Parts: sequence; structure tokens; C-alpha cells
Amino acid sequence: MSSGDHTAHVHRDDYGSRMGMWLFLFTELILFGGLFLIYAVYRFMYPTEFHVAAMELDTVFGAVNTIILLTSSLTIAMSITALQRNRKTLSLVLQFATILLAISFMVNKYFEWGAKFGYGLYPGSEMLLDKPSGEILFFGLYYTMTGLHGLHVLIGIVFIGIIMYQVWIGRVHSTNYVRLESAGLYWHLVDIIWIFLFPLFYLII
Amino acid sequence: MSNHESHENHVTGYGVYLLVWLGLLMLTGITVAVAGIDFGRITITVALLIAAIKSWLVLTIFMHLKFEDTTFKIFVFVAVITFVVFIVLLFADYLFM
Repeated sequence: MSSGDHTAHVHRDDYGSRMGMWLFLFTELILFGGLFLIYAVYRFMYPTEFHVAAMELDTVFGAVNTIILLTSSLTIAMSITALQRNRKTLSLVLQFATILLAISFMVNKYFEWGAKFGYGLYPGSEMLLDKPSGEILFFGLYYTMTGLHGLHVLIGIVFIGIIMYQVWIGRVHSTNYVRLESAGLYWHLVDIIWIFLFPLFYLII
Repeated sequence: MSNHESHENHVTGYGVYLLVWLGLLMLTGITVAVAGIDFGRITITVALLIAAIKSWLVLTIFMHLKFEDTTFKIFVFVAVITFVVFIVLLFADYLFM
């Protein structure tokens, strides 16, 4: 062990920290998993309505947001390598890039939802309630699942922001970066959820 | 502590991440392209299969699962299998109701 050279013994368990983060991610799997199960059953019950309703969604918005999230996963992964190699500034730049990409994801989401709200397609709206029940269910799931995912993106922005500050002040550094790893793990999970949301909602399959 | 060293010392190069990212973008392109073709009932299977491959890439490389202890791998395996069991049980119920 190389730690504790110039300080008193500081208890640190990176292995335990990462395991704790993974355990937390499993609870997220159950949270979103339950919603995916609801989606699966209703899709099974209303195949035609789900197909028609999916045409309402803009594939381009979904595809662009997929590319944005995949790229943000790349930048946060690279920021860990940069910090491990003791390149603090590069690591901070990559973390900042991740936050900017996350914000652009939310901006897209704002325009996408905004357009739908604009022409009266939102939960509980008259236009939606006039549709067959299968389509109402599709849009209910669409707003719930992409909304909950969007909330995770916002939390991710705050999480990475806090870690950026800690890297900046030197609390997280080249030999103590487990917090950055945890932020990365969280961010990749948000990416994986989107990997499934995109085809299930935006592609007419 | 010795069995934890492999992770602590492992640094994934930028090149590996870039390759995985390119692979993920290509798979996204394939999903979008394939979605236009009607394979009938297997269309959804193809889409989910591609999504699963993408997730596997993110889990193993981006999330470093490849370089973690067996314990982590077993954890993730059990979590995923649990979810699959949920799906199978649920559909077993709906299909034969």
C-alpha cells in the first residue's frame, strides 16, 4: 500500500465504494425495469396502437439525443483515464464536455416535449384522451419513462458538477479518483437506459 | 488487498474508448436503418438484440466491468438474470391467461 506516506492512516476503501455504487445501480435497474415491464405488457396487448402512436415521435430527435449521450459517455470515460495519468486540466475539460453534452440533451428534450405540448399532446390533454386507450398508454409511458430518464440526466449534471469541483480543489486526484469513477458509473447507466428507450419509443418497430 | 490490484492499476487507453464509441455509433446507425425494414415479428427482437450488444459494450469497457473482480461480474449477472426471470414469468402469465 502506497497511501499513508505523509498522512496519518486514512481509512479508504475504493473497492467498497465501487461495489456500493454498483449496488445502487441495481436499484435503478429495478426502478426502470418495472416500467419496461409495464411497457412490454401494454405493447403486447395493444400492438397496433403502439405502432401508430410511435409514428408521432420524431426519430431524428431520438437519434441525435442517442449520439449526444453516447458521446458524453465517451468523454466521462476518458476523463477518468486523464486523471489516472495525472492530467488534471484535460480531465476537467472532458468532465465539462460531458456536462455540456448532458445540457444539450435536455435542450433537445425541451424542444421535443415543447412541440408536443404546443399542439396539445400532453398527459391528460383532450387531444390525447380522444385517442384509443392503447395510444394513451403509449404516451403515458413515453412521458413517464423519458421524464424519469431526463430527471436522471439532471441529477447526473449535478453529480458530475460536484466531482468537477472536487477535482478542481484537488480532493479528487490521480491516486484518489473513486468518486469520479462513481460519477462515471452513474452516467453510463443513464446512457444504457436510453439505449433501450430509443428503439422502444422512437423507432417504429 | 492483492486481488484488488488489477483494477487499481488498470488504465484504459483513449484509443480503446474511441473504438468502443465508434462501435456504439455504428450499432445506432444499424438500428435506425433496420427499423425501416419490416421483418415482421422479429423486428423488435433485432432492435433489442442490438441494444443488448450496445449495453454489453458500455458495461464491460466504459464501466470497467471487464477489469473488475469476479464478485462484480457475478453481481451484475445475477441482477440481469433476475430481471430476465421477471420478464419470462410475466409473459408466461399473460400468454397463458
